[in-house]
Amino acid sequence: MTTQTNRMQHGAYNHAYLDEQTKRMIRRAILKAVAIPGYQVPFGSREMPVPYGWGTGGIQVTASIIGQDDVYKCIDQGADDTTNAVSIRRFFARVADVATTERTAEATIIQTRHRIPEAPLKEGQIMVYQVPQPEPLRGLEPRETETRAMHAYEEYGLQYLSLYESVAAFGRIAGGAGYPVLVDERYLMSPSPIPKFDNPKLHQSEALHLFGAGREKRIYAVPPHTDVRSLDFEDYPFDVQSWDEVCALCGCPDSYKDEVILDDEGTRMFVCSDSSHCSDRRDAGHAGPMAGHELDQGSADAANLEDAE
Amino acid sequence: MAYVSVKGGERAISNAHQWLDEMRRGDASVPELTVEQIRHQMSLAVDRVMMEGSCYDPELAALAIKQARGDVTEAIFLVRAYRTTLQRFGATEPIKTPEMAVQRRVSAAFKDIPGGQILGPTFDYTHRLLNFDLCDAGPAGVAVKATEPVVEKMPTIASVFAHESLLEQTAAESDDAPEPYDLTREPMAFPAGRDQRLQALARGDEGFLLSLAYASQRGWGSTHPLCGEIRMGDVTVEFTPEELGFPIEIGEIVVTECQMISNFEGSADKPPQFTFGYGLTFGHNERKAMSMAIVDRALRHKEVGENGVHAVQDEEFVLYHSDNVEASGFVQHLKLPHYVDFQAQLQFVRRLCKEWREAREAATPDAGEFAEAAE
Repeated sequence: MTTQTNRMQHGAYNHAYLDEQTKRMIRRAILKAVAIPGYQVPFGSREMPVPYGWGTGGIQVTASIIGQDDVYKCIDQGADDTTNAVSIRRFFARVADVATTERTAEATIIQTRHRIPEAPLKEGQIMVYQVPQPEPLRGLEPRETETRAMHAYEEYGLQYLSLYESVAAFGRIAGGAGYPVLVDERYLMSPSPIPKFDNPKLHQSEALHLFGAGREKRIYAVPPHTDVRSLDFEDYPFDVQSWDEVCALCGCPDSYKDEVILDDEGTRMFVCSDSSHCSDRRDAGHAGPMAGHELDQGSADAANLEDAE
Repeated sequence: MAYVSVKGGERAISNAHQWLDEMRRGDASVPELTVEQIRHQMSLAVDRVMMEGSCYDPELAALAIKQARGDVTEAIFLVRAYRTTLQRFGATEPIKTPEMAVQRRVSAAFKDIPGGQILGPTFDYTHRLLNFDLCDAGPAGVAVKATEPVVEKMPTIASVFAHESLLEQTAAESDDAPEPYDLTREPMAFPAGRDQRLQALARGDEGFLLSLAYASQRGWGSTHPLCGEIRMGDVTVEFTPEELGFPIEIGEIVVTECQMISNFEGSADKPPQFTFGYGLTFGHNERKAMSMAIVDRALRHKEVGENGVHAVQDEEFVLYHSDNVEASGFVQHLKLPHYVDFQAQLQFVRRLCKEWREAREAATPDAGEFAEAAE
């Protein structure tokens, strides 16, 4: 740790950590991904100073596109104050010397694990997703050689069959997160493990969406204004999750909720998973049934502490 | 509250790092290990970290072991993450293992082979009895060694077969051969060439390869291997700087090389002959080199017309899952919060449960009353 810190301090690392050749290689992969929406572009993923599974793909994508004028936001499970999001945001604040924010509207680059913010994205914003498994068909076919051929021939019958099987077994299409989508009516794509609640936000989005899978060495993209369709059947149409409860802190009725267990008697509260959305609403005067709860205080303290450092 | 731990901020992270550092140091009344001590007295751990870390630098490897509190996989990760930032200024000439200054060399195929059998520093014939003398500063072990290399050039096992065409010939390297595949710059691709495969195996986890090789020996993709030769010693590393145009020696490294021999029954095109599996590691690591050679040969099943139905013969299975930095990261990332996905699952299961109960109650209207009566 000390050695690394010293090296960082002595300028031994390039801007945004990666060397310029590597960034160029990754940018070429990104351009190809944008040109062929939903297609997984293999790239020479580098070893990063965080473990595989912690966001190495997203970090490499961000490192290749981030400039000094960018404003960077990083979320995990929708929240800015989760440990790994804090750690990655610190990393870029240190190695790329960029401004960071927790507000969705202010950010130019939003790196995420498992969520798309509630606030609509704007033109010029880039979403960077950390992707554990880029291959939507992997659960059905373990071989990469097979799945690549299936994409090439647009052979997605196996995927539909699996949806049908879940209808037969459960009376509905199962799958709550990482729900497969068809991009521009051509490539089957995994939206990464975002809840299917977020899938509709990809369709005809104003923003550019970049997906980085470091361990699997793939990059793919959904450019702005692209059709993204969640797979379904005419008689079993796609639907998203909803909650009977409103957010306990801000009263929001239609956001994605985290379930928080309050004691061992089964008492629980539901709060917005998107912490920025929730605090914006509270700032605007909205209040839920448990407004002022200590969870609310906790995140405010964490934010203050970071500002102080 | 438990969930606060995953929403810890800056302060939680830096406190955790400090605690980790304290644990690494251990009891402060015990003298601290030096990197030099690890380098020289934990040398086999250093060798393994250099190999799977893909970076020949004993001092860095020793530092990584110290920082990782002796966790070899973590140390390998540290070395990899450092290596990836290093600038490349070229590739060395291929090392010449027939010209190795041999410290150890044995063949199981022949009682004696040109160059002789040299036992060298091996655990092989030690009795595994704890040596309590080592509890204190042990006696300084001094071995009597020859002052000169045994022979200038130690011929490889292939030379024994030179006059008979009983051993497969490796195609001679032509000058316009393509650059070897580099997994640290390019993603895995299939079908994998032998260069890509050997690189993946060389970087691969020793334990994983050992178990695969063992499974192969037990009949799960057997190649009936025999250790043609294993050798360990120093080889010189040569590099041709562009401005000079001829190779110069830039150093010496220790490597372990293994040639496994398997027989091949012959086909319409090829006569019956022996085939090779190849293993090479940095430093002294025979377990890894031998496992690698067995797995390499098992993965060549198509070339020799064997049926490939077992895991060890499946290149996608073996090459995709041999890297312990990748594997360790992906398995352990399950510690990261997944409550967004879990909420989705929870909703789904709750809904199914509700429907299941409703369906049951509809089918047996009295079920509820019975249950109450029983209580």
